[in-house]
Amino acid sequence: MDRTYSVTAVALVVLATVLVGAFGLRVSRTTSDFYVASRTVGPRLNAAAISGEYLSAASFLGIAGLVLTQGPDMLWYPVGYTAGYLVLLLFVAAPLRRSGAYTLPDFAEARLASQPVRRLAGAFVVGVGWLYLLPQLQGAGLTLAVLTGAPAPLGGIIVAVVVVVIVAAGGMRSITFVQAFQYWLKLTALLVPALFLMLAWQGDGAPRGAFDEPPALRAQHTVRVDAGLDLRLAQPLTVTATGTVDGRRRAGERITLPAGVHHVTGGTRLTLPEGAGVPVADRRGDGGMSGSLASAREERPLYATYGLILATFLGTMGLPHVVVRFYTSPHGVAARRTTVAVLGLIGAFYLLPPLYGALGRLYVPELALTGNADAAVLLLPERLIGGLGADLLGALVAGGAFAAFLSTASGLTMAVAGVLTQDVLPSRGVRHFRLGTLLAMAVPLAASVLVGGLPVADAVGLAFAVSASSFCPLLVLGIWWRRLTPPGAAAGMLVGGGSAFAAVTATMAGYPGAGTGTQHALLAWPALWSVPLGFLTMISVSLATPGRVPPGTAAILARFHLPEQLTGGRARTEAARV
Amino acid sequence: MSGFLAGLCVAVLPLLAAGFWLGRRTARPQNLGDLGTPVEHATFETLHNATLAAPPLRAGLTEETARKSARRLRTLLGTDALCLTDRETVLAWEGVGEHHREEILQRLGGPLETGRGEAFRLRCDVPDCPLRWAVIAPLTVDDRVHGALVACAPRESAVLVRAAGEVARWVSVQLELADLDRSRTRLIEAEIKALRAQISPHFIFNSLAVIASFVRTDPERARELLLEFADFTRYSFRRHGEFTTLADELHAIDHYLALVRARFGDRFSVTLQIAPEVLPVALPFLCLQPLVENAVKHGLEGAADKRHLSITAQDAGAEALVVIEDDGPGMDPALLRRILAGETSPSGGIGLSNVDDRLRQVYGDDHGLVIETAAGAGMKITARLPKYQPGVHSGARLPREP
Repeated sequence: MDRTYSVTAVALVVLATVLVGAFGLRVSRTTSDFYVASRTVGPRLNAAAISGEYLSAASFLGIAGLVLTQGPDMLWYPVGYTAGYLVLLLFVAAPLRRSGAYTLPDFAEARLASQPVRRLAGAFVVGVGWLYLLPQLQGAGLTLAVLTGAPAPLGGIIVAVVVVVIVAAGGMRSITFVQAFQYWLKLTALLVPALFLMLAWQGDGAPRGAFDEPPALRAQHTVRVDAGLDLRLAQPLTVTATGTVDGRRRAGERITLPAGVHHVTGGTRLTLPEGAGVPVADRRGDGGMSGSLASAREERPLYATYGLILATFLGTMGLPHVVVRFYTSPHGVAARRTTVAVLGLIGAFYLLPPLYGALGRLYVPELALTGNADAAVLLLPERLIGGLGADLLGALVAGGAFAAFLSTASGLTMAVAGVLTQDVLPSRGVRHFRLGTLLAMAVPLAASVLVGGLPVADAVGLAFAVSASSFCPLLVLGIWWRRLTPPGAAAGMLVGGGSAFAAVTATMAGYPGAGTGTQHALLAWPALWSVPLGFLTMISVSLATPGRVPPGTAAILARFHLPEQLTGGRARTEAARV
Repeated sequence: MSGFLAGLCVAVLPLLAAGFWLGRRTARPQNLGDLGTPVEHATFETLHNATLAAPPLRAGLTEETARKSARRLRTLLGTDALCLTDRETVLAWEGVGEHHREEILQRLGGPLETGRGEAFRLRCDVPDCPLRWAVIAPLTVDDRVHGALVACAPRESAVLVRAAGEVARWVSVQLELADLDRSRTRLIEAEIKALRAQISPHFIFNSLAVIASFVRTDPERARELLLEFADFTRYSFRRHGEFTTLADELHAIDHYLALVRARFGDRFSVTLQIAPEVLPVALPFLCLQPLVENAVKHGLEGAADKRHLSITAQDAGAEALVVIEDDGPGMDPALLRRILAGETSPSGGIGLSNVDDRLRQVYGDDHGLVIETAAGAGMKITARLPKYQPGVHSGARLPREP
């Protein structure tokens, strides 16, 4: 693969982002086109911006990787990521916009008139933001490593630096246009190569059986194992090994491994014959998260699936970078229309990653063995097409992947930095916003270098779980239940979100007691118990403190739910001009 | 044996020392080192309690503020029970013996009528109730009785009567300050009304004259201008709501500028640069239009050469940044400072200082206008508007808590 094309594509994406961000403002020279300059953002443009900010590395790379390693069960991920907006549309979108809140802490303050609850919400925004930034940086590291062979943390550092510089320098002045641009870029970067890949697949005789278990190699292939791993074989496998397998040195010998778990030491080369089923790497030995979540999924598939569904359905509404985009809608009805458009745009996008996953199972199944399954999207064009065309398509995909990191990371950084500046750092101001930006990015960057090796879609799933257990109860009860009290909201967020956060931390740190069994599954997929726990705590503590219902709750709820015209808001004057 | 005695001595000595030290401490419980004599300390304590009781009272006399301050006031008076009432109900009861509420309410009539304090014996059927006496001290603001402070004690005490009277007077002063705050708010509301009224005469005459000049030569243009005029005056004179959105305010500015352009023609050009993200920001009604009007008035009128005005609205994280810049004659910073401080009223009226005051009142003191200017160097006015501020909605204003 020629690296210059990919590197050029990545550089172009970064440059385009900076340019659109800095100069994408509408300018009018005369007052006659004033209406063009001051027109509010329409639902479709705003929807593209929300989608652009939302579709992260987890969507672009992660889903294909998961489908590749674990098969069609993982289609719940795109379904959940999309359906989250359905819940948002039904319960939250319009009232949230009418509340006038810009961020989630703003909403807490607007609804409950309580500074402590505001600060607590701010703390959770920062926590969820950091959890979500982590996989973005790791995805960037992986992409750059696959494209150029650079050391893994470098890509993350590059994205972090670019984002901090853009955001801190105020380069996201026209963020709606940037994010909308990123959405169409990402869609193009997956759609165009997908068309060519489908043609190549047709030309290959349209092989089927993408979802046979396990995925089988179509040609003899040599895999280099970089880090030591355990192979779990369901049936005997004949390989040619150079290196150390199960503690014995081999030098290009053909060996037949019986079914069971085998340890392969780092640096070993394994040559798998044609038609062999590719074993899935089991990383539990490293204490890493990838194996942890995957094994929990194997042991309790139904529980893990429901945990995933609940987290993604209810977690979307609490993502800090998604919520702030709704502020751009001029009123509640527009916010609702925007959400409908987002459903369409995201739904269209999510048709593509599973396609890559299925093709990946056919053509690059050995990625499941090396644990780099997230790279499937990047490697498919080269494997399937070859030549200059593959280089160009690969460059397009690489550019799209970087757009995914940049857009999500910059949106998250702005959201986290905003909360840090407003609620944590001593005083407001541009200088403090820059400091906040630096802080917002430094923590996840350090964590991404330290933790390492999480599959991006899974790590994002954990951020969704925390968001679903803390912000979903706050938003849903705050909008629909008039007896919510500040102590109830605080307790619910602390118990629900806090327990989810603790479970996530234990899973990430490879908590030794969480080896196997039910307890392990509970920790790895916390949403199924932490979300009801958050709701229950919020409701029961609120009922126990009836005297603390904020005065004016009825008026606030009326404003959330009544159309703006009724509450005496915007008097439309355009009608008079016709 | 001697060894045992020696051991006993060694064990007892530290005990004795400890006892001595403890005795000294308990004997002078208020020994506070450098904090001064007990009297001084008591003064500090009293002042501290008074300081803590003040902020809630500054919001007026309501159930919530009464509850918050009653606790401090009871510590201040050192009584078993203290209650604050308005003219009809008991707002807060702090301490024991809440069953006396009704009795107190019945006895309240006299003091509220006369405005003079009263001490009386409480009737009580509860055997171990410590409250036997009550002192009622009325709270008066501007010679009107707003409520009363009632202190209850086990026995009659002239000291308590006097202290309750003093505390009631102190509370009355706080309530007077609250009244002052309210009248300041009313003053600002009156200024908004003045601002609306101020737009009218001069501007209306000029606009109508301009429109009249187009009626024969270009009736279509005249019709458009009349519509602009109607839209602008409708916006300026609207009655409901203290807040509006940036989009609506910018539209009003557009109508205004259309009329100005009709009057000045090519001599006047405008650049707008607006980030659509900030258009829904809520802001005080008519707080940008006066700035534009100010720029037009001082930059254009009386000048012969071309003038340029630029209006930018940028997205800056949790704030919107609005910049209005003209290349007119500018202003002497010292004069501007005096205008903003309210010392001199310029010929142009109360525009700049009114906007500045309102922004500070709504968003806090660090959100006033930032004006960069010098004589002959144009003027650049920057306003920072938070995207979210509690109580600021473009919709109908929430009724203030009573």
